[in-house]
Amino acid sequence: MTSMGSRKRIWIARDYLKCSGCRKCEIACSLYHEKRIWPEASRVRVFMLVPGAEVPHLCVQCEDYPCVKSCTTGALSVNSRTGAVLVDEEKCIACGACIDACPGRVPHLHPIKKTVLICDLCSGKPECVKVCQEGNWDALQKITRSSWQIYKVHARKPEEITRELVSNLYGEAGEEFV
Amino acid sequence: MRGYAGKFLDIDLTNEKMTEIRFDESTLRSYIGGRGLAARILWDRLGERWENVDPFAPENVLTILTGPLTGFFPGGRVCVSGKSPQSNGMVGSTVGGEFGIDLRCAGYDGIIITGRASRPSCIAIYENQVSIKVASHIWGKTGKHTLKILTEEGRRDLKANFPEYGELKEPSALYIGPAGENQTRVAAVMAKWTHGAGYGGYGGVMGSKNLKAVLAKGLGPLPEVKDIERLSELIKKADKECYKSHSFRRWGTGGGGYQFAAKTSSEPVRNWQDEWHDERSYAVDKFEQRLWVKRYWADYGCPTSCLKIAAPKTGEFKGAITDNPDYELQAFLGPNLGIFKPEDDVYLASLIDDLGLCGIQSGNALGFIGELYQRKILNQEDLDGIQLEWGNTKAFAEIAKKIAKREGIGNILAEGSYRASLELEKRKGMSLDNYAIHEKGMAIGAHGIRSGRDFTSDISYACNVQAGDHTSLASTPKEDENPELDDVLNDSGVYCNFNTFSVGTDLIWEFFEAVTGWETLRQEWYKTNGLRILQLQRAMLLLGGPDLKWKANTDDKNPKRFYDPLPSGPYKGRAVKKPSFEESKQEYYEAVGWDKNGLPKIETLGALGLHDVEVKLRKAQII
Repeated sequence: MTSMGSRKRIWIARDYLKCSGCRKCEIACSLYHEKRIWPEASRVRVFMLVPGAEVPHLCVQCEDYPCVKSCTTGALSVNSRTGAVLVDEEKCIACGACIDACPGRVPHLHPIKKTVLICDLCSGKPECVKVCQEGNWDALQKITRSSWQIYKVHARKPEEITRELVSNLYGEAGEEFV
Repeated sequence: MRGYAGKFLDIDLTNEKMTEIRFDESTLRSYIGGRGLAARILWDRLGERWENVDPFAPENVLTILTGPLTGFFPGGRVCVSGKSPQSNGMVGSTVGGEFGIDLRCAGYDGIIITGRASRPSCIAIYENQVSIKVASHIWGKTGKHTLKILTEEGRRDLKANFPEYGELKEPSALYIGPAGENQTRVAAVMAKWTHGAGYGGYGGVMGSKNLKAVLAKGLGPLPEVKDIERLSELIKKADKECYKSHSFRRWGTGGGGYQFAAKTSSEPVRNWQDEWHDERSYAVDKFEQRLWVKRYWADYGCPTSCLKIAAPKTGEFKGAITDNPDYELQAFLGPNLGIFKPEDDVYLASLIDDLGLCGIQSGNALGFIGELYQRKILNQEDLDGIQLEWGNTKAFAEIAKKIAKREGIGNILAEGSYRASLELEKRKGMSLDNYAIHEKGMAIGAHGIRSGRDFTSDISYACNVQAGDHTSLASTPKEDENPELDDVLNDSGVYCNFNTFSVGTDLIWEFFEAVTGWETLRQEWYKTNGLRILQLQRAMLLLGGPDLKWKANTDDKNPKRFYDPLPSGPYKGRAVKKPSFEESKQEYYEAVGWDKNGLPKIETLGALGLHDVEVKLRKAQII
């Protein structure tokens, strides 16, 4: 990793309260990576555990990359330019160690290929962000990564995020339905 | 075949038998999916004995179908159908959400359900693992609690069935509330707390089958299409058009609560006694600024997000949660009941969602009973002690609960306003025909026809094979446009018609071509295929039964009240005029191949290859 590269690194900021649940990010992601519309093969997936509390769930690129550390076959690496976690499909044995290591349980297996799926930031031009911006949703935004942010705190399970969103949206009334 | 998963699930609940079936290419090409294919399936399975089939009997066939454009054209929906307990014909009734997408990703284009489960049940479709599960512990639960349990248990099942995948997204669900369980005729098939397939009354049909819910979760992709590059471009193009629509995106149909009354004078006010009000208190900004906690809410692939979520955080209705409410529920649970307060409307809509009632059908029944009380035809005693003045939100809420439970006066209203009027006529010994505002046993949408300023016309409902459905109206085709068959197309391709407003017909046909590769589909549709679906629906509507039957022409009429002049507002005095209505009706009959009496002509049926329909209609002495 060069210091030059680090400064230019991007990050996908997420604002769940602005997510409409249109799932265009899933559509764009799977079209780009799979040439199909394929919700469960998308690297970003919108969970809806409670209606109205839609959670676009994708890799946050933790500073300490617990997923990469957990990989026993050397299938995961960090792209020095973007900071994205890259998956070497040849080396991945779909053991699930990275899923368990991720504090947000973000990685998931490809439904058919025996390999794990992690957001690769589309080499620095994320398709999910483009499509979200086209609609002026701003739920996903491309920003410059800053040293003042602890990215790891964003890696949380969908149910944790849902619980908080529901309290925010519906107050006590909603908490009954989480 | 492109655009289809290829398989359909045929489930017999009585014998717990599940089979995978397929339709050949020519059937799918002719009927497309959703409403069109449902018409074919229902005719094939029930046509011969249609008039004797009780919609709530195990033999009724409940279809839950997608179409080739589900998940591809913006705005995912699924189409529910069967013999309707409202019109006694068949209605294609669509509901928004991700269910259709999940079903297709699991490898199925649809589900055909017959029989009756021996105990409360739920169908779970996880990829190719299909099972019927006990749902006794959810039976009786209201909507939000039902969905909570379904989601929780569904995720647990997914984790057990597919442990290696990590976190899978939740399964999608269609379910019913108490109103469906108790087989009311005004119950919807619900999704996502606030969405309902309301027209037709299929919530009650699900209830009659002891079927509380259907869950679907697919891991696969949407079906392969003819040209994915072109489809991607088309999606971008359609999105771009929809994004231009500022007010629709911002307010959804929520602008209607004030607009359709103040501007077009076509909103039901106190059971359609009027269609005009100028209550600024009911304008959309009051909902938006006071109540919306989510201002842009969308179903799968939707650029418009006409949905918003309302949740009062203060006051006596704190704790209610619903969408906008959309215009229909703003109208039917608002001015239609003499209610002009946004908070009250949100509360009632939230309650109706939870009970699994259709807001239009039950709102219409509430308006009907409200007017009978106003006119002192019924008194407090008749209403189980409830004082039902217009605008009394809590009183109307009590009646709604009784409808869902089929309790007391609610048991009568659970039949919908028309059937309720027949029952009350017997008891009161007087005609109540004027107060039941319906079309062939169904409440009509909140778009009146008297002012002539809304998108509806005098034949919209009267000649409609879907009876009161305002999302698919009868209209006489013009040289180069056929709005009615375009509506049938939306329900058969199964996607959201609200996104078609911005997109337009040409682009929709491009979607069909890119997905299916069938190049002449458009020509076939307007010449024969679309028309054939219409004839099948007309035949089933005219066969009707067993409790009510409709006579062609005689019953192709508007609610009596619509011939009376509007009492106030900018269009005061306007009414449907019988002579011009009769003229429009004859024009329509002619255009769709029916004779002067509204009966499908022999040559029309012959040209469409519907000889069996002719034979059946003859046997039933309809033609």
